[in-house]
Amino acid sequence: MRNLWLFLRRYNAFFWFILFFGFSMFLVVTNNTFQRASALNSSNTIIGNIYQKVNSWKSYLSLTETNDQLVKENASLRTQLENYLTTDTVAMAKRPVIDSSEFGRYEFIIASVTNNSIHQKSNYLTLNKGSLAGIEKGMGVIAPNGVVGIVLNVTPHFSTVQSLLHPDTKISVTLANTDVFGSLVWGSNVDYRFAMVKEIPNHVKVKTAEKVFTSGYSGHFPKGILVGAVVETGISSGDSFLDLRILLSTNFSNLHHVYVVKDLLAKELKQLEETNQDNG
Amino acid sequence: MARILLFNIIRFLVLIAMQVFLFKNIGYYNLASPFPYILFIFLLPTGMPNFVLFTIAFLTGLSVDVFYDTLGVNAAACVALAAYRVFFMKITIENDMDTFITPILGEMNFKWFFSYTFFGTLIHHFVLVTLETFSFKQFQYTLATIGLSCIFTMVILLIFSFLFYKRKSRI
Repeated sequence: MRNLWLFLRRYNAFFWFILFFGFSMFLVVTNNTFQRASALNSSNTIIGNIYQKVNSWKSYLSLTETNDQLVKENASLRTQLENYLTTDTVAMAKRPVIDSSEFGRYEFIIASVTNNSIHQKSNYLTLNKGSLAGIEKGMGVIAPNGVVGIVLNVTPHFSTVQSLLHPDTKISVTLANTDVFGSLVWGSNVDYRFAMVKEIPNHVKVKTAEKVFTSGYSGHFPKGILVGAVVETGISSGDSFLDLRILLSTNFSNLHHVYVVKDLLAKELKQLEETNQDNG
Repeated sequence: MARILLFNIIRFLVLIAMQVFLFKNIGYYNLASPFPYILFIFLLPTGMPNFVLFTIAFLTGLSVDVFYDTLGVNAAACVALAAYRVFFMKITIENDMDTFITPILGEMNFKWFFSYTFFGTLIHHFVLVTLETFSFKQFQYTLATIGLSCIFTMVILLIFSFLFYKRKSRI
């Protein structure tokens, strides 16, 4: 017994190492596999408040750019509205008919980004609104010029978002000229400006500079939101599919105001799809 | 004693704040990102009980993790760094283990300080990046990340050390 005690005392550094390292590993594994809403992340009230304070100072630095972006978005929305109002009803038949079942399906919650990372392997954002504003886990997040990510954790006043720049994020997208769809992933990229579209069938001819939009299949995002433009085609992944490299339209290094997409029919859609899985 | 404690608390606050608000936003694509907050663990005084050292290292890592949303990754890397520190101190400094010295440049000579921080940074980043990636896919890419981040961190660490350099060499 005395020898055991001496042995433990002599190599105490080693045993402390095993103990603490084991505990850290436990934290890593539980946090990564289950993605639990744990108290120790940046949607925590204290950390969220610190980030918000710092961000309220930092946002002044890019005020001009942010304003430009918002003005541009306003302009494009105004043009759309103008076109809509002045449409000749006779010519209307040539335009795509607005489906009333889609009407009012989505609501947009405005939030501002208090924390953002682009240089990590798994990137996350923190928003200054949470469950009190109606944000729920799994909602899509978009910026004025593109897709941002999916809500991961929510607390009453803050929420964290799993950015598109994360190895686990997958978004269903379509191409502008053809109706095929693929999935958008960041892939093994190291650059925050580019991403990959996977699972495009081999026979489809894709041109560079072709635009990529969300398909609306996943339910996180409405249909037809711009994601980016193709820059490189025909990357073979070995199967009967082709991969595309696209330039993202979202500027991740300068994100301030984002919209959280609330799908009012999400619950119904999910229930319906769950019954499929039970049968098959 | 109170002076050392005060200096360490200030160093902790300043380094963590710089890490999460400044250095988190700096990086060379996703290949290199600096982690100079580990200077705090390097500069903890010698002669501390091992348990205290490991606890402080663990809490330092955890506080960075909370801001990075990577629970446990930095904590594990810091604990590995603390273990390295105990080992390195044991083989290089023998006689005055019970007195509290801050192993800072000026107190120690450059050769000692450089090898101390270099291998420490290498171990810290190795654990950090491997745990973050958590797979052996594209291992050469992981290795490149470790190497480049290590150089990046070392440059910042040495700049900090020379900024607060006071000549009083002991070993």
